[in-house]
Amino acid sequence: MTQDHSHSLAELVGQSTGPPWVGLDPVNEPMIRHWVEAMGDANPIYVDAGAALEVGLESVIAPPTMLQAWSMVGLTGTLERDSQRGQVKEIEHPNDRMMRLLDEEGFTSVVATNCEQEYLRPLKPGERIAVSSVIETISDVKKTGLGVGRFSTTRSDFYVVDDSFPEDPEGRTNAITSAEHVGTMRFRILKFAPGAQAPTMPPRPRPAITQDNEYFYEGLKAGKLLIQHCTECGTLRHPSLPGCGACGSLEWDTVESAGAGEIYSFVVVHYPQVPSFEYPLPIGLIALDEGTRIVANLDLDVDSIAIGMRVQARIDKLDDELSLPIFISAAS
Amino acid sequence: MSAHSFAGNTAIVGIGATEFSKNSGRSELRLAVEAVKAAIDDAGIQPSDVSGMVTFSSDTNPDVDIARSLGMGELTFFSRIHYGGGAACGTIQQAALAVEAGVADYVVCYRAFNERSGNRFGAGVQGRPPLANAESAHLATYMPVGLLTPASWVALAAQRYLHMTGATSEDLGTIAVLDRKHAATNPKAWFYEQPITMEEHQASRWIVEPLHLLDCCQETDGAQAIVVTSKERARDLPQRPVIIQAAAQGSGAGQDMMTSYYRDDLLGLPEMSVVARQLWETSGMGPSDMDAAILYDHFTPYVLYQLEELGFCAKGEAKDFIQGGRLEIGGELPMNMHGGQLGEAYLHGMNGIAEAVRQVRGHAVNQVESLENIVVTAGTGVPTSGLVLSTDR
Ligand SMILES: [Zn+2]
Repeated sequence: MTQDHSHSLAELVGQSTGPPWVGLDPVNEPMIRHWVEAMGDANPIYVDAGAALEVGLESVIAPPTMLQAWSMVGLTGTLERDSQRGQVKEIEHPNDRMMRLLDEEGFTSVVATNCEQEYLRPLKPGERIAVSSVIETISDVKKTGLGVGRFSTTRSDFYVVDDSFPEDPEGRTNAITSAEHVGTMRFRILKFAPGAQAPTMPPRPRPAITQDNEYFYEGLKAGKLLIQHCTECGTLRHPSLPGCGACGSLEWDTVESAGAGEIYSFVVVHYPQVPSFEYPLPIGLIALDEGTRIVANLDLDVDSIAIGMRVQARIDKLDDELSLPIFISAAS
Repeated sequence: MSAHSFAGNTAIVGIGATEFSKNSGRSELRLAVEAVKAAIDDAGIQPSDVSGMVTFSSDTNPDVDIARSLGMGELTFFSRIHYGGGAACGTIQQAALAVEAGVADYVVCYRAFNERSGNRFGAGVQGRPPLANAESAHLATYMPVGLLTPASWVALAAQRYLHMTGATSEDLGTIAVLDRKHAATNPKAWFYEQPITMEEHQASRWIVEPLHLLDCCQETDGAQAIVVTSKERARDLPQRPVIIQAAAQGSGAGQDMMTSYYRDDLLGLPEMSVVARQLWETSGMGPSDMDAAILYDHFTPYVLYQLEELGFCAKGEAKDFIQGGRLEIGGELPMNMHGGQLGEAYLHGMNGIAEAVRQVRGHAVNQVESLENIVVTAGTGVPTSGLVLSTDR
């Protein structure tokens, strides 16, 4: 994180993102028809007045999931606040300010993560929809699969307004408080610093390399899980040693393991928590099918791990210097 | 194997310790000097009588600094033993060898550290530099995957043991509850008057599954020293002699430092079997001759392994052996009457040797009645050592 704007971001929580905005078109049957055709929604109450009457409705209704569609600015449209900003550069709207602060924290990428909508009543053709939005939450810095970042939730409230709804921003802000509330949407985004590895996680402790074990780590860098092999008697051994415990020979080469084996024993580490690792941290002692055992990380749900479980090695490049075998379920 | 010549001819004549705390407020060297001085006083000798010193290679306190601090003068024997807590009973063996060989008349064995307020072993080895030597390379196998602490090294073997023998976390808890029961009536114990229940053991947080917090020994600041000399000299000193009936070191097949995961099975401690064989052969005694035991208890699972390796019960049957109060005072084999390292203090096993000495002398706080012989073990999961101490007879 290049800068920490926690305090400034906290001040934005609860702030409105701008004056209420009224959709360009009222709820209308052509747009409804396009929507249900695109969605493949065959429910007749959206397009057939007779069907709607049969279930007790006065007319066709809009599909509830169109809630936000009625307030959108159109393909080339912009919210008026953008043109306002051109005139008064000093004014920075809360949403823009939030995005800028998050960019400055290094969280330059964005992805939408959730959208929840709540419908208070059906919308009918002819109704005009206004929307008013507020920044509801900005999270602490979180470590995610995409990278480190912050989640932000914006809550939009939708209202039905009539022709008397004022045009000036201040008038709209006042009038919205007495308009009929018809729906709510919570839209959650993650602003994050892209990268495979979370930057706050320091690299793993380095293995000490000697002439005796170098082959193992070089092999992993080349994507191979190697086992030492006595060229005199053929016995395999791991971890590395200069000599063969079976015959005493110092002559050896390596064989490549197929990476298949079973969990011979395992632990789940909870404490102490070293920043290079994520906890709870499962670690296995794997009996490879070739006959040697190896201690390695497990990419398995902690509750699923059991002695005797079949596993398969995957070789992960942790950084430029270090690759390690990680064992996953052989079933996957 | 012929009997070791020092066995039965050497004795422990003095013990001394600091208080056991979480923050001594003093240097490790100061603690060492205090304990050595106390042991020399207990033996009824002068610092100038001491001509040999033995400690652990993991100890930070040079023997010569202690010698200068106490005015010992010349030394003719100094030795250090490797493998962490596995060295404990080995220091007594080294001292006895030196005494029997005539190399030194009085040898002081010591261990001192601020293991709680200073360098905590439980914090992990992740900060160790990756040097291009075999000791560093040993850790190379474990550091990058996050297997960093003694608890994790023991747990990886113990999971297999529990799986194969049917022993449970409650069986491990039986050891913890017993140690804390004994510590509760030992005023020198850190956990004096603080017994635990099985429910508390089970509810304690995970450190490394399958080990709970209460399966792990405490971390301690403190020091312990022990004086060894010949049986003949011992008989002229004020304390009742504690005869070194047997003392042995052992490294097993496929031996590694804490991580012997590549042996035929993970259900034993072959190094303790090597020790046990020597102890019984040398002393001419067996498990049934022992009136009590001080078994190294840095983590509860290896206590079960030790009962099996020493021959108190068959392989895989320790979970049954420990039931029914057998290890309590008044039971068939009272164990860790001082509270062990879970209850009294973690002094790399040296406080356990001191407890055995008090038991043989007959004035321990939790004294076993009519005690004549006691077996003591050192750190497990590493090349290790053991003792049989007896009354003079
Ligand atoms: Zn060979």
